[in-house]
Amino acid sequence: MVIIASNLVKRFKEFRAVDDVSFEVEAGKIFGFLGPNGAGKTTTIKMLTTTLIPSGGKILLDGNDPQKDPLAARRSFGIVFQDPSLDGEMTATENMKLHAVLYGVPRSSQQERINSSLDFVGLLDRKNSFAKTFSGGMKRRLEIARALLHTPKILFLDEPTLGLDPQTRNHVWEYIQTLAKEKNMTVFFTTHYMDEADRVADEIAVIDHGRIVARGSPGDLKKNTASRTLEEAFISLTGHAIREEESSAKDRTRAMGRLWGRT
Amino acid sequence: MSILYILWLRQLKRFSRSRARVLASLAQPLLFLFAMGFGFGPTFEKAGNGNYIQFLAPGIVAMAILFSAMFSGIEILWDRQFGFLKETLVAPVPRIQIVMGRALGSATVAMIQGMIVFFICLIAGFQIHDYELLPAALAFMFLIAMLFTALGTAVGSLIEDMQAFPLIMNFLVMPMFFFSGAIFPVGNLKGILHDILRCNPLSYGVDGLRGALSHGAVFGMGTDFVVLGLATLALLVLANYFFSKIEV
Repeated sequence: MVIIASNLVKRFKEFRAVDDVSFEVEAGKIFGFLGPNGAGKTTTIKMLTTTLIPSGGKILLDGNDPQKDPLAARRSFGIVFQDPSLDGEMTATENMKLHAVLYGVPRSSQQERINSSLDFVGLLDRKNSFAKTFSGGMKRRLEIARALLHTPKILFLDEPTLGLDPQTRNHVWEYIQTLAKEKNMTVFFTTHYMDEADRVADEIAVIDHGRIVARGSPGDLKKNTASRTLEEAFISLTGHAIREEESSAKDRTRAMGRLWGRT
Repeated sequence: MSILYILWLRQLKRFSRSRARVLASLAQPLLFLFAMGFGFGPTFEKAGNGNYIQFLAPGIVAMAILFSAMFSGIEILWDRQFGFLKETLVAPVPRIQIVMGRALGSATVAMIQGMIVFFICLIAGFQIHDYELLPAALAFMFLIAMLFTALGTAVGSLIEDMQAFPLIMNFLVMPMFFFSGAIFPVGNLKGILHDILRCNPLSYGVDGLRGALSHGAVFGMGTDFVVLGLATLALLVLANYFFSKIEV
């Protein structure tokens, strides 16, 4: 098992954003983590990727405990964040170069890898343009190329295809599926596109209100809920209510606190 | 080493590419230099304190460095809001290297701005007292730059909200500048103003710079160096501590 999360908890004051979540992901598998807004997806990813310290539970990434040995854990994964994380004042190449140095990509192969990654996402001809001049989709592509630059064992994708057109989305997923198969790369992703999850995920976990409510292959989930599509299955699992999501964990905490009169 | 270098380089590139920022950061020191330097000059001389530009220039150089260094430190906040900070925080690199790479870059930028202001002071009529002390002047400039980059980094790691920025400028940066002896002599001061000055690390930077460039240092350049060095170390430790606690 490349990713192991056991009894993961994250509390923001009284509010349990992630409440006793456990799952395991096998090497080379594509794992979809689905849930409505504010269900705890991003909080979970943040804990897995060492930017948020869990209130309880245990994580192992490729055998490394992010809390005990964050550097080893960080070396094992690449991540595409939900919101942008490029330096707009630097060119595409400079963003890639900085990443290569941070991840210790050998100097001799840096240039070649940067160029081939940029080429794959169709940005090679724009490699000397500033990231701030890119459209939303181009920024996304650059971030995906960057996350794969150091050939990580695990790839975390937090709504990676948001803002991408179907062509690019298919292209990106095809490439990720190939990497998963050929390089045995493990993929952990969240998305709101159910058709996408249905198509690419080997396994899915549905999280709601900080708890995992269902697990299995897309086929299993559809069968168990007697649904024709994954979207129907998702809605039958999580209900029709529209969720509110605040901009930051702190805001969310306060909002939930007010809702329950706990401020 | 290469990590420190690439983060250092990033700060320099950001600086050299943003001409508006260069100009904006130079405007304030120059305004002070010309308005105060030439405005108060005759009064200062009549009071028997000699040439005011000779006195003021080191203070204005320190001011330019203070503003630039604090600003770059607080830029962490900017990086956090625009997302780039996450990229460095999930990298398999100890956070101390990220802080130090950034800080060295920001300090270099602040020193460059200090030098530009210094050259303008030379054009405005400032005369270097002793050329042999120029390396000491550079050392003081570097210490001031590191100290306030560290302070800016500590503050920038603590606050999450861009709206706190004017608060910091008005309640931290401006008072530090005004109560540093950059614009008036500290030798004859007594009481609470004197005590405030002695507690302000910038006072020692200004004093040391003045000692190296023109008038003699009031506290003594040795004292200045030691106090400034210790304050810089303490703030670097603090900056590293707060930065290591950042969660995004």
